Amino acid sequence: MGPTRGVSVLLIFPALAMALALFIYPLGYSLVGAFQDKAGVWTLGNFVRAWELYRLDTLFTVFIVGLSTFLIAVISVSIGGYLTLGNSPVAKKILDWLYRWPLFVPFIVAALCMRTFLGRNGMMNNAFVFLGLMDQEMAQSFLDWRGIVITFVWKQTPFVTLMVAGAMAGLDRSTIDAARNLGASRLRVLLEIVVPQIRRTLAVGLILSFVTMMSVLSVPIMLSGQSPSMLTVNMAWRINSVGDYGTANALGFVSYLLTGLAAWFYLREAVRDKQQGLTR
Amino acid sequence: MKWVLRAGLLAIFAFFVLGPIGNLVIWSVAEQWFWPNRLPSQWGFRFWEVVFRPTGRAMESLWLSIWIALLTTAVCLVVSVPAGYALARGKLPWRPIVMLIFLLPQAFPNLPVYINIARIFFEYDLNGTVAGVVMVHAVHGLVFSVWIATAAFAAIDPELEQAARNIGASGPRTFFEVTLPLALPGIVASAIFVFLESLDEFTGSYFVGAPEIRTLPLMLYSAGAGGNIQIAAISALILLVPSILFMLLVERFLKGEVLAKMGR
Repeated sequence: MGPTRGVSVLLIFPALAMALALFIYPLGYSLVGAFQDKAGVWTLGNFVRAWELYRLDTLFTVFIVGLSTFLIAVISVSIGGYLTLGNSPVAKKILDWLYRWPLFVPFIVAALCMRTFLGRNGMMNNAFVFLGLMDQEMAQSFLDWRGIVITFVWKQTPFVTLMVAGAMAGLDRSTIDAARNLGASRLRVLLEIVVPQIRRTLAVGLILSFVTMMSVLSVPIMLSGQSPSMLTVNMAWRINSVGDYGTANALGFVSYLLTGLAAWFYLREAVRDKQQGLTR
Repeated sequence: MKWVLRAGLLAIFAFFVLGPIGNLVIWSVAEQWFWPNRLPSQWGFRFWEVVFRPTGRAMESLWLSIWIALLTTAVCLVVSVPAGYALARGKLPWRPIVMLIFLLPQAFPNLPVYINIARIFFEYDLNGTVAGVVMVHAVHGLVFSVWIATAAFAAIDPELEQAARNIGASGPRTFFEVTLPLALPGIVASAIFVFLESLDEFTGSYFVGAPEIRTLPLMLYSAGAGGNIQIAAISALILLVPSILFMLLVERFLKGEVLAKMGR
């Protein structure tokens, strides 16, 4: 049954050609471009320049994306945990309805939302002042690295939560109920029984978010213009203002390395899991 | 006592989830809003009129965005339906490698790739053209459309196709009258997804399209950067409508349990 080998190759050819021409080829172009100067001579000069100009921004990017990933993990596990272990059906229903709102909000819209929400006179500060939690004079703008982190967490948490909560819903309830009956607290059940079983799903969600945050331009460019800035902003600057593809590609190479590192951690864990499964 | 704490926590959560969107809605109807007023001093729909004026640049951007998204969806479907069928049912050499190639655009930060696409497009005069922007959006959409189409075809029981063949239906007829209709819900879901991704796309359009091609996200960006918060807010709300509609619809197509299986 099904198409023969020849027909299969024919059927897949247009899609494959498109992916090769419009992704793999420019990807290779960017890798090669990182190691060549303007005349096409092989060099490490681009990396030297990237190091001189942007080492602080690289650390800044790692810090922002790392912190965001960590916060996304904590919040998505908390929401998923409450949806799985919570007592109040009403609260669970409201939470389930609430958390997904930012899921399909485009990044550029999220950035604009946060620009008005987190500004000095934005809704967040105004609400704090209104509730008497803060004086008007104390109000400060969050439109810097904190704004970027808040926007990333706001936008990406629903995505990871959807995956995590889905995996948690698919778990075998009997171990959870048994632990609860033996008197284990809900927090302990979450951390020691539920989370270890959905670790893989959580890791996949976090890595996909990590990659996404590493390539979003609109959020850092709209929220915080000042230095230090994120690598995406630096790459756009090298291209649009200086026309310097070499350094931009070197920075691109660095961002591939960072996401590659994140994926490598995941794969190492996955392989270790498999080996344990075999020896058990 | 416990439910007070619970309600309080939910209220704080709701404020942080919905507050940013609410703030945007207020800005869209704020005709005058100066510091330190906590709310606009003058409300109205004046800026909505500016945006929806038929000759305005915002409407032009909206139609352009929709046109590009439709073309992108068409391109993705035309190539990914056959590809998904071949991946699910056919005999392909190096199938895992082919699947990996379709996954890569999601596994790499795509901004450096877009920069180099723009550099390559420059030689072919594709920068600042609708065709160029559609190609960039389509390669991004391909990840979703190929993977979802493959899953949709793989989920069909081969015995149904076998039965059609047994009663004398030809291969193509079986495909168009049995297989394709069964896979249609999944393919429609992937089409909606590709459409939305294209509508919302910023980075690729920024490098390949700007300044000639002003999609709605690019217009939103320049309005925001230029201090026209109201215009930016209204454009953002327009972009939100399809996204929220899809969120309400997606429950029917993509369950969390299915999403959890992806990547395993």
